[in-house]
Amino acid sequence: MTFLVIFLVVVVILALSFFALYNKLVGLRNIVLNSWSQIDVQLKRRFDLIPNLVETAKGYMKHENETFVKVTEARAAAMSAINKGNVREVGAAAANLDASLAKMLMTFENYPELKANQNFMSLQEELSSTENKIAFARQAYNDSVMSYNNAVEMFPTNIIASMCSFKQSDFFEIEKKEEKEAPKVTF
Amino acid sequence: MWELIEKNKRKSLLVLFFMFILMTALSGAIGLSIEPNYGLYWGAAFGILLWAVQSLVAYFLGDDIVLHFNMAVVVTPESSPQLYNIVEEMKIAAGLAVMPEIYIVQSQGMNAFATGIRPNKTAICVTSGLVENLNRDELQGVIAHEMSHILNRDVLFMTFAGVMLGTITMLSNALLKGTIFANSDRRSRRKRGIGGGHPAIILILLLLAIFAPILARIFYFTISKKREYLADATAARLTRYPIGLASALEKIAKQSSVDFVSKITAPMFIVNPHFAGGDEDSIFAASTHPPIYKRIAILTQLQHGGTVSLGNYQKIYEKEVEKSQLLSNAVLKADSGEKIRQQSVEETAQKPAAKAVEDIILANSGFKILTCECGLKIKLPPSSMQTKIKCPRCKRELSAESGKLDTASAGSETELVFKRMSLTAWESFPCQCGKFTFQLSPLFRGTYVVCKRCGTKVKIEYPG
Repeated sequence: MTFLVIFLVVVVILALSFFALYNKLVGLRNIVLNSWSQIDVQLKRRFDLIPNLVETAKGYMKHENETFVKVTEARAAAMSAINKGNVREVGAAAANLDASLAKMLMTFENYPELKANQNFMSLQEELSSTENKIAFARQAYNDSVMSYNNAVEMFPTNIIASMCSFKQSDFFEIEKKEEKEAPKVTF
Repeated sequence: MWELIEKNKRKSLLVLFFMFILMTALSGAIGLSIEPNYGLYWGAAFGILLWAVQSLVAYFLGDDIVLHFNMAVVVTPESSPQLYNIVEEMKIAAGLAVMPEIYIVQSQGMNAFATGIRPNKTAICVTSGLVENLNRDELQGVIAHEMSHILNRDVLFMTFAGVMLGTITMLSNALLKGTIFANSDRRSRRKRGIGGGHPAIILILLLLAIFAPILARIFYFTISKKREYLADATAARLTRYPIGLASALEKIAKQSSVDFVSKITAPMFIVNPHFAGGDEDSIFAASTHPPIYKRIAILTQLQHGGTVSLGNYQKIYEKEVEKSQLLSNAVLKADSGEKIRQQSVEETAQKPAAKAVEDIILANSGFKILTCECGLKIKLPPSSMQTKIKCPRCKRELSAESGKLDTASAGSETELVFKRMSLTAWESFPCQCGKFTFQLSPLFRGTYVVCKRCGTKVKIEYPG
């Protein structure tokens, strides 16, 4: 009789801790998914801004067609990557888009009339803010991935993670060449 | 990582608990002074009830009261896109579920505060002076600091503590008046006198009435200051750009005074709106905020460390302020840190250029422009007949012809040197006399500064 009671108590405790740990993992995974959707929203917001910016700029600069084409291509590539939903591919495509955007913004420097355009100014504030938002969303996402991955790897949650196939998430990295190399100054 | 901070409040809770005990003891004492038998319990219950009712009012109406009394105007993405964007950026970085409402108050004073006792209804309020005078990075630092108050649930915490402080002050006033009144009137109302009028009990009650509010205030300011440092640390981590906040603090320190603030809401401001000015150490007991130059010193060192993390902030905090844990080890470990980000590209060169243009126009119309050793530019109108000019900042006499120092006033040797670390941000450092804080603007290019209190000359060196 006492044996049965002890057995039952142990089973109940085990079951309860299983539920608690399982719920913790699900909670962490949901935070990861939610912060990924934040990045997603901001990346798409940037895709929407780029055509507007290009249209406004085209009126002022007739001879920079090549730059526009590159940006448009990079945008299309990034969009298809994001539709697939692979974190690493999105990171690579976003880096590519970043580079061509930076090039386009550089060419804008040569057109003071364009820079004085009210519409262009507000578009540029939107674009730079969206880029900040992507960076901050990446920060928040990577933080959440860190705590989720830790839970997946560490005892005792790792037992439940392997039983219920919780997999580690990828970090979102945008490789920026300029940040690694020292800036070149030309006169 | 941010979830952990919320649990990191044991020390603050302990202090709050002490304040609670103090309040209960005080109200119990009042009860005792009225009714010697059961008055203790009734009094204690009354004190707790008083606090609970006030806290509930603050909980449900607090934000609305603050905002509606001050004629705050709501900011939409259309009315002020940059401010709205900055707040949204910080909301994303902090991982908050709900976007705070943004308000602007018309005031030339530069300040900002956060309200929001309930997490799903928060607001950040800035003054128009703040938006006009700060650049994007600086504004972002300030917003991040306010966002940190929301994230760390400081508003809730400080409201409860503030209400408790208010209750204690109120009760001790009542007790003080009661004791004096009962004492002077003892003969006629002997039975209702305090503790039957026993002198020892009266003394204890008097001491309690005098020291309880002082003690409560010290408790309150201890929590408040810690929360400010914590909000700075969190803000630096969120923006990955500590110098932005440091530079904003420099600017705000000069004119943070805002006229619409009550004492209870003061801790929610980025810089204490009641005690603006350089030397805050002297009135430490009345200050809800740590001295600004210390906050700036920590942030500047964090910037030059190259990596922002809560752990690095903790290390510098221990060096600069005191050996005490701002955050538990679990939180510090959970934060691996991030690289400092680059400065935002925006109008960085515009404002200096505007000044230079102004100078050129003035020079063309016959103005004489003298540059004093302290860096101040003095513009003399063509009609001026003076041969000597007294510099309005450092009080040295300059020759109106050459702008060189008048030999008589050029005095003592200088030994003190301050090396500037950045030419794009505001910088400050305390004088050796400890009574004055020098502030250097990004435009400052003088060779010397002179302390306004003790007259010490400090040489300024520039990078490169």
